[in-house]
Amino acid sequence: MGIIQTKDLVYEYIRRDEDGNVEGFTTAVDKVNLDIRPGEFIAILGHNGSGKSTLAKHINAILNPTEGTVWVDGMDTARQEHVWDIRQRAGMVFQNPDNQIIGQVVEEDVGFGPENMGVPTKEIWERVEESLKAVGMYEYRKHSPNKLSGGQKQRVSIAGVLAMHPKCIVLDEPTAMLDPKGRREVVRAVRALNDVEGITVVLITHYMEEIIHADRVFVMDNGKIAMEGAPREIFSQVERLKSLRLDVPQVTLLAYELRKRGIRLPEGILTVEELADALAGSI
Amino acid sequence: MPIILDHVNYIYGEGGPLAVKALDDVCLQIPDGQFVGIIGHTGSGKSTLVQHMNGLLKATSGHIYFNGEDIYDRDFRMKKLRSKVGLVFQYPEHQLFEIDVFSDVCFGPKNLGLDRKEAELKAFDALRKVGLPTELYYQSPFELSGGQKRRVAIAGVLAMEPEVLILDEPTAGLDPKGREEILHQIKELQQKTNMTILLVSHSMEDVAEYVDRIIVMNQGKVMYDDVPKAVFSHYKELEEVGLSAPQVTYILHALKERGLRVDVSATTIDEAVGTILKTLGRT
Repeated sequence: MGIIQTKDLVYEYIRRDEDGNVEGFTTAVDKVNLDIRPGEFIAILGHNGSGKSTLAKHINAILNPTEGTVWVDGMDTARQEHVWDIRQRAGMVFQNPDNQIIGQVVEEDVGFGPENMGVPTKEIWERVEESLKAVGMYEYRKHSPNKLSGGQKQRVSIAGVLAMHPKCIVLDEPTAMLDPKGRREVVRAVRALNDVEGITVVLITHYMEEIIHADRVFVMDNGKIAMEGAPREIFSQVERLKSLRLDVPQVTLLAYELRKRGIRLPEGILTVEELADALAGSI
Repeated sequence: MPIILDHVNYIYGEGGPLAVKALDDVCLQIPDGQFVGIIGHTGSGKSTLVQHMNGLLKATSGHIYFNGEDIYDRDFRMKKLRSKVGLVFQYPEHQLFEIDVFSDVCFGPKNLGLDRKEAELKAFDALRKVGLPTELYYQSPFELSGGQKRRVAIAGVLAMEPEVLILDEPTAGLDPKGREEILHQIKELQQKTNMTILLVSHSMEDVAEYVDRIIVMNQGKVMYDDVPKAVFSHYKELEEVGLSAPQVTYILHALKERGLRVDVSATTIDEAVGTILKTLGRT
């Protein structure tokens, strides 16, 4: 069984007018079926309002399905008695690091999760150390989070989740507020968690070049899964992605434009090296 | 209205133990009608810089001239400066508050002392300029999508008819299509009205595509100030200060490394397509 599974998941918002009368329903997630295997790196794309964040919030029981079922590590998220276990198994990282950091010192912040879970003190410190090392922030353990850059703060947030020893981590646009270096640092840290620690990753992003290493990509539209496949399959459909208000990495777009002008190149090129090799080889 | 910064310094917490030099001897001239991009890592001084241009922060030393007048002169009317230099903050939609879109956009011009009819005309004009569909004018701003909210917030500043528009990361958190729509509209606005635009951005691709000139900030100093091609030719130095070049620049350099005789100056997809076709002898 997958680490995250959904069956016919539907989530509806109730829209109300100013007096609180029901105006209607909006279906934010519409009959979604997912089966994510342990250790997979999953990316979710979709335009603003496509339902991707709503879907993500079901994975650690922040939201409960209107219809259908979500299982995390075999546990039904709608069952109240599982909520704490689910949140420990599937950690979540959000867009704005400033909303997620509470400690005065980096290592205290990272220790908050395991402390809250009742982990013995000695083990808390071990977990803090290994988590900060995993995201490359160990040397900042005594610093105040306020003085860190955006990318560093986000890595501290990720370490805070890691210290709870989750099996899965869900990141909802973790790089939206970061500069290029911050984005690189966070993406590298996330890939390391997946490659080295074997943690299942669900990454939601609007930056196409961040997901070229994902195992599978889901594209959402209108609450439904509109496309599914490996990055190469997804990014070879330039027109389709554009019609869904998305894009492809610049290198893929350049290759696509060159193909349109008669240059023979393989479809779905994803990296600078691939394109350069293909072009250099065509002379 | 040209803006001139003459040896501007700004120190946070001057005299205290935690004093930080946020602007260090900045000299700049911003002529009328230019589209200027400002890049720099988090904490490099970009936001501090733009907040000086409409008088929100007062320089510790140095002078700022707006249309030839020193804005720190005792008889200079700061209120006039704020109506001429419009500043759109990061995540401006958090500042929407009125019951409908139209009232929200009217707030600025009304606050400038215009009567209702005049304020409404300006609001109407501003909403048209940002391309918001008319059927949304009387909806609650909170029911709009992320990109629509952002446009309403920009319209709120445009309704005050500024001569200079400063946008601090106007596309953060938007989907690729939303980013393109907003930037395209800003470019059109600049071309039609000859408004000066200052765009603070973390997206090197966006900056390369839209602006005439790039100012690179690092540690409170102006590191580079030139046309995009010239700035991005320093891509290695940019990486050292937490930035990067657009992906196409890396592709061209990779081709050069593989022995192709290629001009490496392109910074946009269109330019790179031209360069590569030429190199392959296809033009």
